[in-house]
Amino acid sequence: MSIAIDSMKCKGCKKCTTVCPGSLIEMKENNRAYIRYPRDCWGCASCIKECAFGAISFYLGADIGGMGSKMTVSAEGDLLNWQIEKTDGTKEVVTVNKKDSNKY
Amino acid sequence: MIEKANNPGQRFKVYGDYKMRIDKKEILHTDILIIGGGTAGCYAAMTIREHSDYSVIIAEKANIKRSGCLAAGVNALNAYITKGHVPQDYVDYADKDADHIVRQDLLLTMSEGLNRVTAKMEQLGLVILKDENGEYVARGNRNIKINGENFKPLLAEAVSKLSDVTVINRLNITDYIVDCNQIKGAFGFSIAENKAYEIRAKKVLIATGGAAGLYRPNNPGFSRHKMWYPPFNTGAGYAMGIRAGAEMTTFEMRFIALRCKDTIAPTGTIAQGVGAKQVNSLGEVYENKYGLTTSQRVYGTVRENLEGRGPCYLRTEGITKEQDESLRKAYLNMAPSQTLKWVEAGKNPSEQNVEIEGTEPYIVGGHTASGYWVDTHRETTIHGLFAAGDVAGGCPQKYVTGALVEGEIAALRMMQQLDEETKLTRDGRLYGNKRMEVAGKSEDADLAEEDKTGTRETEQQLLDAKIAEYDAFLQNKSALFTVEQLEEAMQKVMDTYGGGIGSHYQFNGKQLDMAEEKIRQLQVLAENLHAEDMHELMFVHELKERLTVCLSVIAHLRARKETRWHSFAENLDYPDKSDDWLLYVNSKMEDGELKIIYRDLVEKGETYEHSN
Repeated sequence: MSIAIDSMKCKGCKKCTTVCPGSLIEMKENNRAYIRYPRDCWGCASCIKECAFGAISFYLGADIGGMGSKMTVSAEGDLLNWQIEKTDGTKEVVTVNKKDSNKY
Repeated sequence: MIEKANNPGQRFKVYGDYKMRIDKKEILHTDILIIGGGTAGCYAAMTIREHSDYSVIIAEKANIKRSGCLAAGVNALNAYITKGHVPQDYVDYADKDADHIVRQDLLLTMSEGLNRVTAKMEQLGLVILKDENGEYVARGNRNIKINGENFKPLLAEAVSKLSDVTVINRLNITDYIVDCNQIKGAFGFSIAENKAYEIRAKKVLIATGGAAGLYRPNNPGFSRHKMWYPPFNTGAGYAMGIRAGAEMTTFEMRFIALRCKDTIAPTGTIAQGVGAKQVNSLGEVYENKYGLTTSQRVYGTVRENLEGRGPCYLRTEGITKEQDESLRKAYLNMAPSQTLKWVEAGKNPSEQNVEIEGTEPYIVGGHTASGYWVDTHRETTIHGLFAAGDVAGGCPQKYVTGALVEGEIAALRMMQQLDEETKLTRDGRLYGNKRMEVAGKSEDADLAEEDKTGTRETEQQLLDAKIAEYDAFLQNKSALFTVEQLEEAMQKVMDTYGGGIGSHYQFNGKQLDMAEEKIRQLQVLAENLHAEDMHELMFVHELKERLTVCLSVIAHLRARKETRWHSFAENLDYPDKSDDWLLYVNSKMEDGELKIIYRDLVEKGETYEHSN
């Protein structure tokens, strides 16, 4: 369980470094974010929600059955669009409305 | 100088900088210090500001926006008094689930506030599912359904709007300042800069959460932190209290969660949401065989596996497509890894049962009864030190709303005590002698207000001594082991001899003795660690905290000579339950030794208050 940060997409806003509940993300000298302690990620997805540039994706470690798919999330008004991109390039989006409660 | 192997992707990959030291320091004064800006801490701050002008500092190890248990979100409030029920019903439920080792007075005072804090959260913007009549939709007898993805940001935002509430993020508190069993404040350091803090406070609320990472986790490799409880909750509050001589209760009632395998995502949403039963590999529903309390559900799963009928599952095959979709959304709001797993596998829960497993044991007062021994106002046995949320004992099944209520209860009492003390000070009765002492130096009212332990000079001396302790780790050149290595060793010891996953949560007295001996050895090694920077200095302290908590867990497991809760405390020397053990096992550090104290149960209609 961890995250991957695409340094080409990172704009250096530092929001992910602030929000991480484990303070695991830091800035490199080139002002791009990186995860200093990838094995310490809880998988809460706070950072990927915070990133407005889609630079951070979330994946399952191979030790917990991960197969290389990456998840990102973007906000659109009240909607949170969770996108999962599989290794074969196919994408699936699950949309959650912030105003909708869990039904279960 | 000992050189350590470069170990990419792991802690302590860089080495060789022994020049770092703490070069900044600050002494702050406040009426109330809240340690931990999580659920309970934030709500306490809101309560204080709603009712008073007392100054507040919140010391938060990370950043309050997403720190604590609610980082990813939560999609139900598990503690709510639903229509047709009364608070005592909730007390009865929690009492039964813990097989009577609870504080009835704490449960009742908590239960009475559940709906009040829920209404407050709704005002702050929390989305709660309602029916056509505007009533909350219940899930079972005690739960209501929400969209709690933003629960913590809502709380953090409310706190940010409060006047004279200073949030200091990235401040890791390590020790209380206690004088004559009276709280005076706390020491800590920043992980953002090389700075140490001494925060002097008249009242302190500890709200740092419980302890994860004591035992080897389900996924001990790369995904070691894919665990149920926040891996960043390291038992700091417990450890500080234990070291300061606070009385603690029921550390032997460990919490083990029944979770979705690998992702360690919650099972309640599936079990309650779509009515999925626990089944073994033969397809047999086994949950009724072992009982339906929290510990029995875990125990049943362990037994089925041991007897060759594993793996175990929640039976979701055959649920509808709509249910599939709702579950995928529900998990995104609290445990997104589970949705990712379903999508990645190309199989929804309707097509494949969800495999389940028990987690490693945690110490967490929001679910079981471990924590500070408090009175009904949540004051600990150290005067002026209050505890709320997962660090507070005696009051299990408090969940999110219960933690909010405890923050509120503690806040109200702290304000009341401050009101009384301010009045006495004005009357010249309290601090009278000290005021005369300092009068020779200054007429400054602040000085007269200053605590009884002494002057600004002694405050500086104490902080300098604490900085020397911190610097010793930053500059230590003789360290052979890393924090990571000692953490792994600790988790192995607890797993093997302290009743972890590897020993099916079981232990005996001999094994506990071995666990204690080995943890004590690790404590010695932990004093000789090197920290490359402030972040790693935090890792050093987190390890030390966990080792302290481990010793208390071991002592408590040893002291309860029965098996009241399967799996949570499965003592093979005493496999049966006995009415002789209808009592609390408490502990207190005295002269460096952990002393066990047995106390009578506080039963229905009774109330416990501290007598000194």
